Amino acid sequence: MSDILLTVNGAQISVKPGATVAVAILMAGQLVFRRSVSGEPRGPLCGMGICYECRATVDGEIHVRTCQIMCSPGMQVTTA
Amino acid sequence: MASTGSYDVVIAGAGIVGAACALEFVKSGLTVAVVEPTEIGGGATAAGMGHLAVMDDSPAQFALTSYSQALWRQLLPELPSDVEHLPCGSLWVAADEAEMAEVNRKFDYYRTRDIPVEMLDERTLATAEPNLRSGLAGGLLLKADSVIYPPCAARYFVSEARRRGAAIFCGRSLIKAEKGTARLDDSTDLATGAIVLATGTAASKMIPGVDVQPRKGHLLITDRYPGFVNHQLIELGYLKSAHAIQSDSVAFNVQPRKTGQLLIGSSRQYGIEDTAIDSLIMSNMLRRAVEYMPALAGVSAIRGWTGLRAATPDKLPLIGLCPDSPGVYLATGHEGLGISTSLATAKLMSDLLLNREPAIPIDPYAPSRSFAHV
Amino acid sequence: MSGVVIVGAGPAGMSAAVAAAQSGASDVTVLDDNPFVGGQIWRGGPPDGLASEWFDRFHRSGAKIMPGARVVTGDASRRTLLVDKNGKAEEMSYQKLILATGARELFLPFPGWTLPNVMGVGGLQALVKSGLPVKGKRIIVAGSGPLLLAVAAYLRKHGATVPLIAEQVAAATLMSFAASLTAHPAKLWQALQLNPFSTRIRYVAGCWVESAGGSGKVASVRLRRGDRVWEETCDYLANAYGFTANTELPALLGCVVEDGSVKVNAAQQTSIEGIYCAGESAGLGGVDTALFEGQIAGHAAAGQTAEAGQLYSSIAKAKSFAAKLNATFQPRAELRILAQAGTVVCRCEDVTFANLKRANSWRSAKLHERCGMGPCQGRICGPAVRFVLGWEPSSVRPPLFPTRIENLIQESSIK
Repeated sequence: MSDILLTVNGAQISVKPGATVAVAILMAGQLVFRRSVSGEPRGPLCGMGICYECRATVDGEIHVRTCQIMCSPGMQVTTA
Repeated sequence: MASTGSYDVVIAGAGIVGAACALEFVKSGLTVAVVEPTEIGGGATAAGMGHLAVMDDSPAQFALTSYSQALWRQLLPELPSDVEHLPCGSLWVAADEAEMAEVNRKFDYYRTRDIPVEMLDERTLATAEPNLRSGLAGGLLLKADSVIYPPCAARYFVSEARRRGAAIFCGRSLIKAEKGTARLDDSTDLATGAIVLATGTAASKMIPGVDVQPRKGHLLITDRYPGFVNHQLIELGYLKSAHAIQSDSVAFNVQPRKTGQLLIGSSRQYGIEDTAIDSLIMSNMLRRAVEYMPALAGVSAIRGWTGLRAATPDKLPLIGLCPDSPGVYLATGHEGLGISTSLATAKLMSDLLLNREPAIPIDPYAPSRSFAHV
Repeated sequence: MSGVVIVGAGPAGMSAAVAAAQSGASDVTVLDDNPFVGGQIWRGGPPDGLASEWFDRFHRSGAKIMPGARVVTGDASRRTLLVDKNGKAEEMSYQKLILATGARELFLPFPGWTLPNVMGVGGLQALVKSGLPVKGKRIIVAGSGPLLLAVAAYLRKHGATVPLIAEQVAAATLMSFAASLTAHPAKLWQALQLNPFSTRIRYVAGCWVESAGGSGKVASVRLRRGDRVWEETCDYLANAYGFTANTELPALLGCVVEDGSVKVNAAQQTSIEGIYCAGESAGLGGVDTALFEGQIAGHAAAGQTAEAGQLYSSIAKAKSFAAKLNATFQPRAELRILAQAGTVVCRCEDVTFANLKRANSWRSAKLHERCGMGPCQGRICGPAVRFVLGWEPSSVRPPLFPTRIENLIQESSIK
């Protein structure tokens, strides 16, 4: 299976099939996924979909838990 | 039987009404003790929507809510940030021309009483609230209405009262209220001049014959969607729901919170004390909300809960002396206006205790009317 | 209507599905939040021969798999569940329900724990399993439990440098535990394979992370061992203190939960007839216990208690090992005082330790300080607050997970 191409904050990223969006964001060099209520930089913590620290906007939908979503071709991902 | 001190007033309940009373009483020079079984502001105070609203259901309701709103306005500058005051106004939404006629009536009513109001037509309503569905007739904006986070307001009142010398008995409950003595559940007796029961629906258990019934409400809060809604929105049908004494009802009511979250209500069920979430009622409430704001369907719901409003048959609170219990007063039965009218309740109670002329007539709220049929 | 519904497709859920099918259940559905089966310990596929056998049996069992599915609420009296399946609601009925909801990592707050690249131990492993490259990265693995060894070895295998593993349990306690393993030869072998001496990763007992530092991401950690405190640089910090069971769904349905685990009888039956519980949520016990419990529950749910009965003797040994493990890897008292006044405890709402100390109970912390009011619904901060302050989180309400409002609107309800 060929690599998957998606966009993270406007930059194109290539990942292997089965990679989660969280991984794509990290591979794009974006360590800060969101800003906390008081503005702190945050990234993934639990890796299993319960901490909500890995939230980003995926194809226009906000508050998406990126560690639970598989990358698909052409996905548009933006972080805070 | 340990005895701990002697007070002018013992207040049972540190919800918003009890807490407001505590602060008002100490400010008036009375010595005060507050008895609270659980958390300060942890009962209906924590469950409600925290609006500071004016209502025109009856002259007595208007008098109480407008008086209280003016008192809140004076207090606003000193409220700590965790009270999360948001001056968003209340926008009563009219779905059709019949409801618009009611909007017109209210507009005139409020305007002649110097309540700042603005009428909106279909177009200006859509501009004010882009997420409302199209085809609504218009609305009425009460500009001076706002929302707060009540548990922190109650905590603030209690801490200010404590700072001025009030005694707070947390984790304790009042089990007997007789002239001169307030007995707590740990057998402590507090000698007191007066006892004020600000205990919400529990009042009917303490004083037989008091007609205060639970009116259960469901609420839901969402994740953060800043800018989704700008004003507290209420459908005019809310009033029909609030009037219905015996049947279950839902009505569209959404608030923006300072956090950016959306607080969604409202429902009313009569005579149910079980606080478990009823998924059917929740479903009906949310369906109603989505009818008015279709985009709500895709919004993430984080938490649901219920609360028990303390309701009276004539929808006015009980503020004043209990007919057959000398020295025992009631400050309860506020239904969905407890937060709004807490400050006025405290002032009226304080006036009563100190034999002062109240700013508004207190007679409409007299507990004696509740006992009339006993 | 599904005969047997299993919530959770980790080892317990998978073995329950296999056993239920073996015992004649023709209609078995397994729900899991993740995109693939395996739960946490078998995330990304079977890591060994035993797991491979179970994956094989599971895929041949005929059980229907429903990935991306979270139970939002349920009604034990009507035997229904409301499931959020990839964002959309689906109501399911069951005749028998097996809850295999597993566990999550226990996080304890310390200064700097919210920095990007500070993750759980299983958390970082999950990301690496999902494709995160760590080749050449310097990773400190810290906290508590055998998972530290497994993950450190795994990270090393993927090209990371692991300067040390910091295990908070004291060396003497670990020695006693190792000595007790002679009663469990298989475990000893496994432990030897994970032995720091064999993996040649520096393993420091009685040691923990006091703080993490860095700007925008973690760059270093400060470690303490007794009187000695020192700094290590790192690209990632993998830090967690064992596990806490996911008991929210069982509690919502009305199952009795005691000491953080769902109460079950020998047949894995909960306090509610027709609802079973197996695996970590019925008591932290590791994969072997989970496999036995899953099978017992599966057979019992399919009405074959005799089948289940034969497993009872096998499970005793697994449970005794699990008990020793749990007794050994308890978080130490010093971990209660890592958080400083300004340390965030509730990450969703940025509630600090100083904020929390204004309250005197979980409910007060929630109502007055907003602790637990965020989307994680107290799953991260709740267990931390229980350990650090001794407050018990309050009762569970629906929705069990954040879900779209439309999912809470029933199609058949009348206005």
